[in-house]
Amino acid sequence: MSRTPSLRKLGGLLLAVLPLLLAGCSSALLDPKGQIGEEQRTLILTAFGLMQIVVVPVIVMTLLFAWRYRRSNRDATYQPDWAHSNKIEAVVWLIPCVIIAFLAVLTWYTSHSLDPHKPIAADDGEEPMVIEAVSLDWKWLFIYPEQGIATVNELAFPEDTPVRFRVTSGSVMNSFFIPRLGSQIYAMAGMDNDVHLIADEQGTYPGRSTNYSGAGFSDMTFDAHVGSEEDFDAWVTKVRESSESLTFPEEYYELAAPSEDTEIQYFSEVSPSLYESIIKSFHAGGDHEERVSKYADSYAEGFGHGGGHHESTESHGKPMSAEAAE
Amino acid sequence: MFGKLTLEAVPFDEPIIMVTVAAIVLGGLGITGAITYFKKWGYLWREWITSIDHKKLGIMYFIVALVMLLRGFADAIMMRSQLAMASAGAEGFLPPSHYDQIFTAHGVIMIFFVAMPMVIGLMNLVVPLQIGARDVAFPFLNNLSFWLFAAGVVLVNVSLFVGEFAKTGWLAYAPLSGLDYSPGVGVDYWIWALQISGIGTTLTGINFFVTILKMRTKGMTLFRMPIFTWTSLCANILIIASFPILTATIALLTLDRYLGMHFFTTDLGGNMMMYVNLIWAWGHPEVYILILPAFGVFSEVIATFAKKRLFGYNTMVWATVAITFLSFIVWLHHFFTMGAGANVNAFFGIMTMIIAIPTGVKIFNWLFTMYRGRLEFTSPVLWTLGFIITFTIGGMTGVMLSVPAANFVLHNSLFVIAHFHNVIIGGVVFGMLAGLTYWFPKAFGFTLNEKWGKRSFWCWIIGFYVAFMPLYVLSFFGAVRRMQSYANPEWQPLMLVAWVGALIIAAGIACTVIQFYVSIRDRKLNLDVTGDPWDGRTLEWATSSPAPYYNFAHLPEVKGVDDFWTAKQANGGVPPLSEPPYQDIHMPKNTWEGPVMALFATIAGFALVWHIWWLVALGGLGVFATFIARVFNDDVDYYVPAAEVERIEREHRQSLKQKGDLAYSTRLGVQA
Amino acid sequence: MATDTLSNHGHAHGHDHDHHDTAGTKIFGFWVYLMSDLVIFGSLFATYAVLLQGTAGGPTPGEIFELPFILVETFLLLFSSFTYGMAVLSMNANQAAKVGRWLWITFALGTAFVAMEIYEFQHLIHEGFGPDRSGFLSAFFTLVGTHGLHVTFGLIWILVMILQVKQQGLTDVTRPRIMCLSLFWHFLDIVWICVFSFVYLMGVL
Repeated sequence: MSRTPSLRKLGGLLLAVLPLLLAGCSSALLDPKGQIGEEQRTLILTAFGLMQIVVVPVIVMTLLFAWRYRRSNRDATYQPDWAHSNKIEAVVWLIPCVIIAFLAVLTWYTSHSLDPHKPIAADDGEEPMVIEAVSLDWKWLFIYPEQGIATVNELAFPEDTPVRFRVTSGSVMNSFFIPRLGSQIYAMAGMDNDVHLIADEQGTYPGRSTNYSGAGFSDMTFDAHVGSEEDFDAWVTKVRESSESLTFPEEYYELAAPSEDTEIQYFSEVSPSLYESIIKSFHAGGDHEERVSKYADSYAEGFGHGGGHHESTESHGKPMSAEAAE
Repeated sequence: MFGKLTLEAVPFDEPIIMVTVAAIVLGGLGITGAITYFKKWGYLWREWITSIDHKKLGIMYFIVALVMLLRGFADAIMMRSQLAMASAGAEGFLPPSHYDQIFTAHGVIMIFFVAMPMVIGLMNLVVPLQIGARDVAFPFLNNLSFWLFAAGVVLVNVSLFVGEFAKTGWLAYAPLSGLDYSPGVGVDYWIWALQISGIGTTLTGINFFVTILKMRTKGMTLFRMPIFTWTSLCANILIIASFPILTATIALLTLDRYLGMHFFTTDLGGNMMMYVNLIWAWGHPEVYILILPAFGVFSEVIATFAKKRLFGYNTMVWATVAITFLSFIVWLHHFFTMGAGANVNAFFGIMTMIIAIPTGVKIFNWLFTMYRGRLEFTSPVLWTLGFIITFTIGGMTGVMLSVPAANFVLHNSLFVIAHFHNVIIGGVVFGMLAGLTYWFPKAFGFTLNEKWGKRSFWCWIIGFYVAFMPLYVLSFFGAVRRMQSYANPEWQPLMLVAWVGALIIAAGIACTVIQFYVSIRDRKLNLDVTGDPWDGRTLEWATSSPAPYYNFAHLPEVKGVDDFWTAKQANGGVPPLSEPPYQDIHMPKNTWEGPVMALFATIAGFALVWHIWWLVALGGLGVFATFIARVFNDDVDYYVPAAEVERIEREHRQSLKQKGDLAYSTRLGVQA
Repeated sequence: MATDTLSNHGHAHGHDHDHHDTAGTKIFGFWVYLMSDLVIFGSLFATYAVLLQGTAGGPTPGEIFELPFILVETFLLLFSSFTYGMAVLSMNANQAAKVGRWLWITFALGTAFVAMEIYEFQHLIHEGFGPDRSGFLSAFFTLVGTHGLHVTFGLIWILVMILQVKQQGLTDVTRPRIMCLSLFWHFLDIVWICVFSFVYLMGVL
C-alpha cells in the first residue's frame, strides 16, 4: 500500500541518525501505527533532513566567522568596504532556492497523496468503514451508522480496515486527532468534514481534540481500540447491550449540554441519520438556537461553572432572532 | 446605572489575583505619592504626557513594553508551573477558568503590548534620526497613537481585577468567542483593548510610512536609507494593509456580541471559517510587522560592530520587500487542517516555504558582513549571533509546519508553540533587546552596563533552549497546546525541564532589570559624550546623545549609504561637527488633546465592556469634543530661535572638548 | 496643489525647509489613510460575498432591495460629489463665500442620502428583516451602514469646514483640509458605486 517507497528509504536512513530521545517507542508521531501516520513520519524526517543542508552550515559559519573575525584577531583579513560579491550572492540565493524547489515538489505531491479527504485504497477494493465523530462540550460522540450504535469518548474499529471519519461539531470548533494514526481534521458546526485513516496494528491509541474549545478541553480525550474483526464485533455486541438510546432531538440535546471529564457511554439505538440532523440543526431557520434555548438550563449550568463571578447567562437569549425565525 | 458591573465582578475569592492587585495598587500609590511629594506632576505633564517628541514617545513605548513584559512573563511562569504539576490526574494550582484566561492574556500581552510597543518604540526613537528629520510627519497623531495604545494596556490590566479576561486563546476564534459560548465580559475586554490600541497602531503605520517617504533629508534617496529604516518602512506598509482587517474583524465580532448579528455564529447563516480566515489575513502579516524591524536592528548592529559595510545592501532591501509581499499570501497555513482541498493547501504551503528563500539570503548576508570584519563581542552582537542560530532553527521548524501533510500531525501541538517562541524570542525579543542596548545611549546619553547585558543574554538563550526544546519533543508524543492538565505521566519530566527553562529566562529578565539599575547608578562612568559611542555608520550617531529635541542643528546632506561613516573617514575618523551660523528651527508644540482623547476612549471602552451606556456616550462625546477642539486649535507650532540652537550646540562642543579625545583615541586604535 | 504658497510664515529671515504638516504631506498622509480605510471596506465586501448565501430561511437580496429608491440615493451622492468639486474650484479661485455655499449644497445632498438610508434600514427592520435575522442581513447592514457612517462623519466635517472657512477664510490651514475632505467625499462616492453595483444591482439581477 506504500505510495512513496523511495521516500520511505530516505526517511528510514534519517531516522537512524535522529536523537534517540525522539526515536523512543513511546513517541506517537515517530512510531505510528497506520499507513497515513507512517508516511507523515517519513515526510517530517525528509523535510527535516533536507533543511540540515542549510541549517548546519549556517550554524557552523556563524560560530566560525564570529570567532575568526573577532576584533582581537589581527591575523584575519579586514576589508571594511568589501560588501558585494556576485558569486556569493548567486550561491546564497541558489542554495535556498534549490532546497525549497525540492520541498515544493514534495509538498505538492504529499498534499495530494495525504489529502485527508482522499479514500485509502483497501486491498479488496471495499468501501471504507464509516464512523461519524461529533465534538460536543466537552466530549466526543461517535456514531456508527452501519451498526446503528453510538458511543461517547470511546472508539473501536478493526485493524487493516480503511476508516472514513466524518467529522462535525455540535458546538465550537474542535479538531479530531489520533496521533498514532496520522492526520487530524477540524470539527465545525454545520459542516461535514472527513478524514481517512487506517490502523495497521492492534492496540489502544489515545485520541483527543487538539483545538482549544473551552473549560473542559483538556479532558476531551478518548481511546481508539483497534483489534481484529472479531474483537470489533464483540465490542459492537457489548454496545448493543446498553439500555441507553440516543434520539434526536431530545436525548441528543441533553447529551450535548456541557459536561467535563465525561464518562464513556454506550447507546444501543440511535435516530436514523443522527449525524445529518446535527449538521442540519445549524442551517436554515435558526432551528439550533431554538433547541438550545429549550435546553438552555443545562447549557447555562455548563458554562456557568468555573466561570467565576458572572451571572451573565441571561444574555444568551436573542429575542429578535428567535422571533424572526418563527 | 452601572450596566452589568457589580461588586461581584471583583474576584475577592482568587488569592493570586488579589495579591497581584494589592501589589499593583500599593505600587501605584507609591509612585503617585512620590510624584506628588517631589512635585513632578507638572514636569510629567509638560515633558512627557503631552510630548510630541518622537524620542520621548519611543522611550515611553519601551517603558510600557518592559512593564508589560513582566506581567506577560508572570503569566508564562504560572502556565509552566501549572503544566509541571498537573500530570496524570493532578489538577495543579490553576483551574481551567483561570488557566484559560492566563494563556489568552499571555499571548495578547506579549504580542500586542510587549512586542508591538517595542518595535514601534524603536521606530519612534530611531527612524526620524536615521533619515535626518526633525520629527515625524504628524507629531500630534504620534502622541495620540501612543496614548491609544496605552488605553489598550489599561483595559487589559483592569480586566485583571474587575471582571475577567477572555478564555478563548489570543485570537479569540469564533464561535468560542461568540456570546453563546463566552457570555462573560472577558471577550469584551479583549475586543475593546485591541480595537482601541489597534487604531493607534494603524495611525502609527500611516504616520511612519509618510514620514519615511516625505521627510527624508536632502540626498537620502530610498536606496541610501539605513536597513532599519527600510525594514520599518515595510513593517509600516504591512500595518497599513493589515491592521484595518483586524479592525473590521473585531468590529464584526463586536456586532455579533452586542447587536445579535450573525457573522461568525454557528447558526442563522454565520460562518466561523470566515473569522479564522480574516483574523489570519491580519495575523500573518502581523508576525512580519514584528520580525522585519528586528531584522533591521541586526543589520545595523552587525555592520557597526564588525566595522564593515553591510554585505549585499540591495539584496537585503529586495529580500525585505519580497517578504513583505509574500506575507499576504500565506495566511491559510495557520489552518491547513480545516479541510480545504489539496491544491489550496499545497499552494499556501509552497508560498510559505518561498518566504524561507529571502529570509535565508538575509541570514547569509549577515554572515558575510562578519566575514573579513573586525567583530567586537558587545552584548548587541551576542544577541545577534544568538538570533542567527536560534532563528535558523525556528525557520527550519517553520518550514516543517508549512508542509500541509506534515502539518496535519503537528498542528495545534506543542510543536507550534515551540516554533513560534523559537522565532519570536530568538527573533523579535533578541532583536529588541539588541536594539535597546544599541540605541539606549542615543535616548539617554549613557550606555548600558555590558556585564549585566551579557548575563541577560546567556540566561535568555540558555533558558530558551531549556524551555522550548522539550516542547518540540513533547509534540511528538501527542501533547497539544492550551491543555490545563494532561493524563500521561511520561510527559511530566520534560514539562519540568521546560519549567526550569522558564526560570532561567526569568533570571535573564532579572539581569535586565539589574542592568538598568547599575547603568543608571553608574551613568557618570558610561557617559556618551561624542554622540557616537559605537563608531556608528548612520545619521542617528551624527547628533549628540541624548539627541536634542530638534535632532539636528543643520539637517545633514547625504551622498551615499553609510554616509556618516564615510564622512568620518574623510575627517580622520572623527565626526564633523555642526558649525554656526544656525537658523530658526520650526517645531511642533506639545498637545494636551492626545492624552485626553485617549482617556475618554479608555472610559468609553470600559463602559462598553460593562454595558454602561450613559458612560459610553460620555466617553464617545469626550473623544469627539476633544478632537474638534484640536481641529480649532491654531497654536500648534513654534520656532526655536537660532540663538537657542547655538547655545545647545556650543555646550555639546565644550563637553566633547573636555572628554571626547579619549573616546576617539581608543576607537582609532582599532582601525589601525 | 498649493504647497508652495503655504510655507510663508511671515518670517523675514530664512530657515531650513523642514516644515511639519505642510499641505503636500498632509494630503499624502490622508491618501494613505484612505487606502487603509479601503482595506476595511474590502474586508466588508469580502464578508458580504461570503455571507450572501447565509440567508438562513430569511429574505434573499432580490426580495428586499428596491432599485428605484436606491437609484435616487445614488444620484444624490453622485451629485453631491459634483457640488463638492464646485467648492474646490471656488477655493482655487479664492472665492471663500462661494466655497461656503457649495459646501452647504453638498451638505444638504449628503444629509438627504443619509436620511434615505436610515429610512431604508428602518423599513427593513420594521418588516422583521433586521441585521440579526441572518448572516446575509448582518453583512448587508454592516457594509452599507459603515458607508453611511462614513458619510455622516463627512457631513460633520463639512459643517466644521463651513465654519472654519467663514471664520478664517481660505488659509494654509483650511485649504489642505478642504482638499482632504474632497478626497474623502469622492472616495465615499466610489465606494458607494461599488456598493450599488455589487450589493444592489447584482442582488436584484
